[in-house]
Amino acid sequence: MRYLPHTEEDIEEMLKTVGVANLDDLYAAIPPDCGSKRELRLPPALTEWELDSHMAGLAAKMAASSEYKVFIGAGSYEHYIPESVVQLLARSEFVTAYTPYQPEMSQGTLQAIYEYQTLVARFLGMEAANASMYDGASALAEALLMSIRISRKNTVALARTVHPAYRKVVQTYFSSTNYRVVEVPYLGNGGIDLSVLPAQGDLAAVAVQSPNFFGCVEDLKRIGEAAHEAGALLVVCFSEPLAYGLLKNPGSQGADIVCGEGQSFGIPQSFGGPGLGMFASNMKFVRNMPGRLVGLSKDRNARRGFVLTLATREQHIRREKATSNICTNGSLCALAAAMYLASAGGTGLRELAELNHDKSEYLKFELTRAGVNLPFSAPTFNEFVAEFPAGFASTHERLVKKKIVAGLPLAAFYPELENHYLLCVTETRSKTDMDLLVREVRP
Amino acid sequence: MKEFPGDTGLILNEPLLWEKGRRGRCGMSLPRRDVQPSPLPDDLIGEVPDLPELSEVEVVRHYTRLSTWNFGVDTGMYPLGSCTMKYNPKTNEKQAALPGFAGAHPFLPARLAQGALTLMYELELLLAEITGMDAVSLQPAAGAQGELTGMLILHAYHRNSGSPRTKIIVPDTAHGTNPASAALCGFYPVNVRSNEQGILAPEAIAAVMDEDVAGIMITNPNTLGLFEENIRQIAEIIHRKGGLVYCDGANMNAVMGTVHSGDSGIDVQHLNLHKTFSTPHGSGGPGSGPVCVRKDLEPFLPVPRVIRQGDEFALSDDFPFSIGKLHAFYGNFGVLVKAYSYILSMGAELKTASSYAVLNANYVKEKLKDVLHLPYDRPCMHECVFSDRFQKEWKVSTLDMVKRLMDYGFHPPTIYFPLVVPGAIMIEPTETESKEDLDLFIDAIRSIVREAESKPELITEAPKRCRVGRMDETEAARHPCLTG
Amino acid sequence: MKEISEVNLPEDIRYNESHEWARLEGDSVRIGISDYAQDSLGDITYVELPQVGDVFHKGEEFGTVESTKAVSELFMPVGGEVTAVNTDLAEAPELINQDPYAAGWLLVVKPEAPEEMESLLKSEAYREMVGGLE
Repeated sequence: MRYLPHTEEDIEEMLKTVGVANLDDLYAAIPPDCGSKRELRLPPALTEWELDSHMAGLAAKMAASSEYKVFIGAGSYEHYIPESVVQLLARSEFVTAYTPYQPEMSQGTLQAIYEYQTLVARFLGMEAANASMYDGASALAEALLMSIRISRKNTVALARTVHPAYRKVVQTYFSSTNYRVVEVPYLGNGGIDLSVLPAQGDLAAVAVQSPNFFGCVEDLKRIGEAAHEAGALLVVCFSEPLAYGLLKNPGSQGADIVCGEGQSFGIPQSFGGPGLGMFASNMKFVRNMPGRLVGLSKDRNARRGFVLTLATREQHIRREKATSNICTNGSLCALAAAMYLASAGGTGLRELAELNHDKSEYLKFELTRAGVNLPFSAPTFNEFVAEFPAGFASTHERLVKKKIVAGLPLAAFYPELENHYLLCVTETRSKTDMDLLVREVRP
Repeated sequence: MKEFPGDTGLILNEPLLWEKGRRGRCGMSLPRRDVQPSPLPDDLIGEVPDLPELSEVEVVRHYTRLSTWNFGVDTGMYPLGSCTMKYNPKTNEKQAALPGFAGAHPFLPARLAQGALTLMYELELLLAEITGMDAVSLQPAAGAQGELTGMLILHAYHRNSGSPRTKIIVPDTAHGTNPASAALCGFYPVNVRSNEQGILAPEAIAAVMDEDVAGIMITNPNTLGLFEENIRQIAEIIHRKGGLVYCDGANMNAVMGTVHSGDSGIDVQHLNLHKTFSTPHGSGGPGSGPVCVRKDLEPFLPVPRVIRQGDEFALSDDFPFSIGKLHAFYGNFGVLVKAYSYILSMGAELKTASSYAVLNANYVKEKLKDVLHLPYDRPCMHECVFSDRFQKEWKVSTLDMVKRLMDYGFHPPTIYFPLVVPGAIMIEPTETESKEDLDLFIDAIRSIVREAESKPELITEAPKRCRVGRMDETEAARHPCLTG
Repeated sequence: MKEISEVNLPEDIRYNESHEWARLEGDSVRIGISDYAQDSLGDITYVELPQVGDVFHKGEEFGTVESTKAVSELFMPVGGEVTAVNTDLAEAPELINQDPYAAGWLLVVKPEAPEEMESLLKSEAYREMVGGLE
């Protein structure tokens, strides 16, 4: 087998050095009742060529995006990825390297992640970003735990318009603790209803998503003021970071912790994972932050370099008192995001964000013109909710056969939103695609 | 004699991204606009993001140069104990990049995602077979998240049986994520020491086991590279008082095809696909930490689960006892594809891989135990642990020696872990290292030990051949500068 | 790391087994960590200290001291109310390494039971204790 270099001769020599007669004797210490009583029942090993064929067969049973027009976002976004990013990310010095605990041999990773931290902090308007979490959902859970640690209060308010999966993950992280989550409902315009906050008592944080799951832009400044007045931190999360290429960033609106999903920046959708948990806060809270941090330093010859720092927060030192249990994170995905942002640049990102927004506005306009109701009046970025007539499910299915996926039905997540669909338009959907969709769905 | 991999060469300089570039440059092909502008109200629009602007050439040179400062498994031997830095097959990368997989939205109707769902269902069965457990969740995004999942399962199990428990037993050799995951779940870790043979004694466990202990977190083989020979008795002690046994499967690479976790008394186990199953470490992630359980714990697994409906597969949330969700979608699917490809490529040779990993570690142990202190002089599994006790008289530490190893062209082993061995050097060669490379590594260590005695400044001033020398970590922690 | 004989342990103060020292100053007690402790920890990067007005009993944890690779809890050698905290340490934690018994002090407390000082170790006994740890 090409991954196993040992020849019969190698094995014989090594067994002699070790002082055992055969490979099985290496396992002499294993009690027989722990042992496998039979050979592993696995399919016969495939050659590389058989594997190619098998995997191509499985991949063919997927709605490959070039044929299909998928109008869904909801936490996973179809964006173009430059080939330069794909090739750079494939460099095996990045791919096959370990966590940079030995800085002298890992300056590539360390400088790249320091750059990532800087770009993310600037982009979100915060003072410090970490080296990544697993995804937007777990990043939000960790942000709420961080706010609880900082404030020493045990209740958080979480908007119902935060991504349903993120809320479920928060609930799971909280399920074995005494911490409480209070749900904040939404208003008719699609934004959060702040009026419930004063009655909630002592809150560690108020957490909202913007743009929210309905695609609506929340009034972060007003929410921040209400949160701070209630003595709570403002946690802002997102699932589509490209929105901040256009909108005012959360830091400028008073956010204390910002977290979310970074998949839009150069990471393939890949059926939902791996993603990129972006996480940022301000220096006054830095010792409470989870995850790795890369810092600037010098070597003995005053040469600039980078190291992992403030590691005393982490599990390998602080163990049960650590700020989080995270070890392996989303590093290569963070690298992809940094490469993507470096390639787009500030102006390029603004143009891309405007294009996403304007295309989505076009679809909204055309659908409205065709008689489709868009229930939420708040401004949106590249996603919005449309209310289709009863029985739209069969239209949706008919369209799937035509290789169009016309949005995500919301009823499973919001029972009050029967026949409501969440639609997304990115730069990858053309005017022609949208005109076809409108033609097919007009009531 | 062969040359060591480490030599001197051209090391390039490369500034930070914002120290290059010029306003007006762009490194991306911006898509064509086919709709009219539709501006948002001014009060919603923010400043143009403060990001540097570079050409494609600048971006490509930047990251190409940065990559030359790194050392990966593809560069050379990477004997990090408990990390299993084995070769990352290139065909796995190709499969994960197939457009059908890479371009798939997780909310595609099930009918349009049969390829991915089939793969996940089959991978669950393969991992169940390899571990000897009954049911699997692929959702946790890393080993630590797998541990949290396991702890939540223990918590739910006990709450469900009407006897919520507050403590969990954690051996002194446990990886830091173990007590951290237990604490995240609200469990109080009860520390227990290994015996003079480096393994857990049943009496030590019995002494702390009671009806308030939810169970034990055990790593097997443990972080000293030793098989926990008493695991069945320990499991019985835990089970007798109603507790459960959690196994940290980080060291699974030693025992594929040889050990049956279910029969060993294990109730819940996580695996690290980025260790045992060859998916790349990616400079720190992403990984994947599937959790395997015995049948009666299956109802607690995270949702959604992949279910079979006739000839087709679908995702279902209909598991009322599930602990809930840990990942926004279904786990790190792109990583799962690579592990699946690896298992299909190896088949029953997975057992061979494990035995070669154990052979390699024992070989290195035998060839170095006369120059490095070996605290537990007995057969090891896939990793062996030395200490710097012999070098103390020349005031050379573990840290010094491994920094010098870089100059020879090897990545250092794991150091100062496990905590029970002061000055620990944990070496895990893995099965993908050839005998010649092991011999070169052994010679390098022997050479360094000689230098420790005769030319210690070579060691205390190492590394000399990397882009930077030893960094000032103290200043970086006292006055952290995390953004530029 | 220093040899035990090289560790500086002034005789006019007392020590506890978790390596804090206590010096009686009128009716206050000044507290810090010993030369052995700072030497073992290495370069100190951060100290977490309580606030003036906080009250702790003897043996209670009152803070932590960090180096790049380790965190150590700090335990009260005597109980009392905190009347002063060394704010210089926020910018210059290295004072603890450089001058553990003077500029590197941690807290001053008003002791709730000054006789608790008597149960602490004298310099000789503490030196013997750390010798046994090696």
